[in-house]
Amino acid sequence: MSHPPLVLALSAARDPAVAGGKGASLGELVRAGLPVPAGFVVTVDAFAAALATLDPSGPRRAAIEALPAGDLAAITAVTAPFRALIAGAPLPDRVASAIASAYGRLGTGGGPEEILIDTEVAVRSSATVEDSAGASFAGLQDTYLGVRDAQSVLEHVSRCWASLYNDESVAYRRRLRIPEAAVSMAVVVQVMVAPRAAGVMFTRSPVSGDRSIVAIEATWGLGSALVSGDVTPDSFAVSKITGEITTRRVAAKIKIHQARANGPASSPITVSDTPPGLRDVPCLTDDEVRALAAIGRQVEAHYHAPQDIEWALLDDGRIVLLQSRPETVWAARDVGPAGAPRPRPADHVLDLFGKPL
Amino acid sequence: MTEQAAFPLPSQIADVPGAEDWRSMYQYFTRFQPDDDKRFWFYNSMHFPEPMPAFDTITGELPYSAIGANTARLFVFPTTLGIEHRIVNGRVYITANPVLDPAEIERRAAEFGPRAGYYFENWDSLYEGWKNRLRGLIAEIETIEVPALPEWEDASVVFEARGVAQNHYLRENFHRVLALYSKMWHHHTEMLMLGYGAYVVFFQFCQQAFPEISDQTVARMVAGIDVIMYRPDDELRGLATLAVSLGVDDLFTQGCVAGDVLSALGDRGEAGAAWLAAFEAARDPWFHVSSGDGFYHHHLSWNDDLTLPFTALPGYVAAVQAGTMPVRPTEQLKAERERIAAGYRDLLPTDEERAAFDQMLGLCRLVFPFVEDHKFYCEHWFTTRFFQKVKEFGALLARFGVIAEADDVFHLHHTEIDQALSDLSLAWAAGSPPLGGTHFPPIIAARKAMIEVLKDWSPPPALGPVPEALNDPAVRMLWGVTAERIEAWLNPDPDEIIGVAASAGVVEGIARVLRDVSEISALREGEILVVPVTAPSWAPVFATIKAAVSDIGGAMSHAAIVAREYGMPAVVGCGDATRRIRTGDRVRVDGDRGTVRVLT
Repeated sequence: MSHPPLVLALSAARDPAVAGGKGASLGELVRAGLPVPAGFVVTVDAFAAALATLDPSGPRRAAIEALPAGDLAAITAVTAPFRALIAGAPLPDRVASAIASAYGRLGTGGGPEEILIDTEVAVRSSATVEDSAGASFAGLQDTYLGVRDAQSVLEHVSRCWASLYNDESVAYRRRLRIPEAAVSMAVVVQVMVAPRAAGVMFTRSPVSGDRSIVAIEATWGLGSALVSGDVTPDSFAVSKITGEITTRRVAAKIKIHQARANGPASSPITVSDTPPGLRDVPCLTDDEVRALAAIGRQVEAHYHAPQDIEWALLDDGRIVLLQSRPETVWAARDVGPAGAPRPRPADHVLDLFGKPL
Repeated sequence: MTEQAAFPLPSQIADVPGAEDWRSMYQYFTRFQPDDDKRFWFYNSMHFPEPMPAFDTITGELPYSAIGANTARLFVFPTTLGIEHRIVNGRVYITANPVLDPAEIERRAAEFGPRAGYYFENWDSLYEGWKNRLRGLIAEIETIEVPALPEWEDASVVFEARGVAQNHYLRENFHRVLALYSKMWHHHTEMLMLGYGAYVVFFQFCQQAFPEISDQTVARMVAGIDVIMYRPDDELRGLATLAVSLGVDDLFTQGCVAGDVLSALGDRGEAGAAWLAAFEAARDPWFHVSSGDGFYHHHLSWNDDLTLPFTALPGYVAAVQAGTMPVRPTEQLKAERERIAAGYRDLLPTDEERAAFDQMLGLCRLVFPFVEDHKFYCEHWFTTRFFQKVKEFGALLARFGVIAEADDVFHLHHTEIDQALSDLSLAWAAGSPPLGGTHFPPIIAARKAMIEVLKDWSPPPALGPVPEALNDPAVRMLWGVTAERIEAWLNPDPDEIIGVAASAGVVEGIARVLRDVSEISALREGEILVVPVTAPSWAPVFATIKAAVSDIGGAMSHAAIVAREYGMPAVVGCGDATRRIRTGDRVRVDGDRGTVRVLT
């Protein structure tokens, strides 16, 4: 009997139950031919293999499931030792070697000198229930940027696993009465990108719900500056049909976020003042705005629904996608029809002038 | 709306020093009344960006007579009566009279439905008839004679026993000129309000379905490709091509003067004669195109001033010689229009909305030829003939010493011209000099001086209390006066000029302010053109400029359509851009947002 894979290439990550929500979604983008940084997924089976050695037959998880949602002190008392155990224990050999070999292969894409240098990667948790409808776990699990060398990757995979037992995550699960057996964690390991600019885009206006535009928010460096609210981003709106940029607001982008190599989970990012020469200039050219919008349309066409996309623009001008999920705000809002046909076309005009003030 | 900010009341507007006597130029029925303080008025800078010479007030009096009659009395628009206008310090302010009583709206709607429906149902055939009527009016005004008042009548008047001497026709024919102008305005509005209504319906639908769509994108779905406003420019291109094929192209050099070129062509034998024949054929009607929008007597046509066509011709000739003559990519433009319309249609979520979209777009395409082409028939062709005819009366009055020169006639109200013609009639009959020679010249001199002074006055964009709601579709449609616009008027940014986003893109450059087509030769390659209005006659300059800004116009105006074809940013309908921007200023034209910023 063959074991289920412990590691999957991104392009093979399909099932959220195996690769986690984030891993499966990135896999789908790769298979749709969209640009995604190279990487692999450490599957839930790798996590299960680790737990099988750390909590055989599951008494620790049973204890967690018995915790009351509101008692944070009790939660900490049970979860802290378990987190320490997961983060501190060495990975099972076959898991460690599968990850190390996948990591090794990441660095061989470039020239010979790159083989000598350890590839910098981002290690992100990809929970199986993350981003599922009605139970957004966004932000409750850890992400590590600028991780380099195989040993360090293994350690950060462990930390991601441990983060599944964060006090907040456990409290959240207890509140929703999610059984612990239903909870698992995959980890996405992707080549780090050092973007010139990054941000988010919506293929439907978040402001007005307009389906005909792609709305883009962008800032220098990592997109985290935008998500965290450290900067007011530049914002653009592009017509999907004409390519016209109908909104162009250039903001004073005071701060810039950059990845800190092997940084701690609490602060994987350095925050610095944006050089004065960059602060007030747009971080995207018109052509880059249109190129982003074109990719946004491809993603939307692939999913047949408006998308909320995280992207990064690399120094060489390439655009990569970091995440895509369905737009939820306007999808849930009932927008009435813009109009209905009338018996005679001219009736529309008669209505216009017949309407009281 | 901001609480503190408010517009001045009409009664609070002080006379401009040096022009205190401005009321003497205008009729009593154009004055603000005490009760007018209770209503909201806005400055019609779109049509009247300059102080009004006395005669030119006729382009307020007659159009407002026609438009109100059309909406209030002819078609019985349910929610709109007519438009009232007032003049203060030489500027025209207007307000719309809404119908507010629901019972009255309902009563009017019952009349409006069948009347408007009849026009939409028979649009194409009615438009054919309309064109014939307009051509008839034009032919008629062209044949009106301005009496020459010779020493004695031709003997035929006696031998044919006609019995009526020429001085009778002074006033009769002048009245006919005015009457034809009035009829032209009635026909101008005859189909226009309904036509614009079709546009507004489609614009509103698109804005509902696609809240962030730009006006210019909607306009691109509607715009016709084969409209006659391109003809004058096409004629010039044709004449340039002909000059090359006839071998007379050497005469068309940069800076050439029309008169010199035409007389030189007279010496070039058959080739010269052939070109001149083609030139004469093109002039009527295509050179009757106004350099402005035809609302002022000084908006001269190409025929009145050949400077513009002869400024453009050398460039076109050079392009023909080099084989780089730009051709309007008609098929490509049509295909692009269909692609855009289909693209937006596909984004609509339901079949119902797609069906409504088809109906409304279809209606716009139905009315488009009239809405575009009426401008050439009315504001260009007819109006050029009208002002020429009035100027002929001016020349007659000047010949008899009533006024100093022909153009001075435009500083008299039409009722005053009527008086002057009575005076002239009596004087010619009596064999004495007309008395107007001592009466009018000082009045005209004072008025000319006042107009110059009034040009420097900055009229408030609006007067009176800010309305609770401003939903009058006619006002929104024709003037773009919305709550947002009023808010911007109340809180102006001194360096930002707000207009209508007409063609997308943002550029910075050096401004060239041209108030008149006669200044066209000052324009340098790559400058940003700032003008009161661009009419089809300006088309040739779009090949050399970087962006266009105008005081007058909307998303469907000529400047907007041409700028979109050239892919250059344009902001139109700015109201006072030609006053606030100076030649040499560095400006940023934002054709996406509809703003122009003065940078230095």
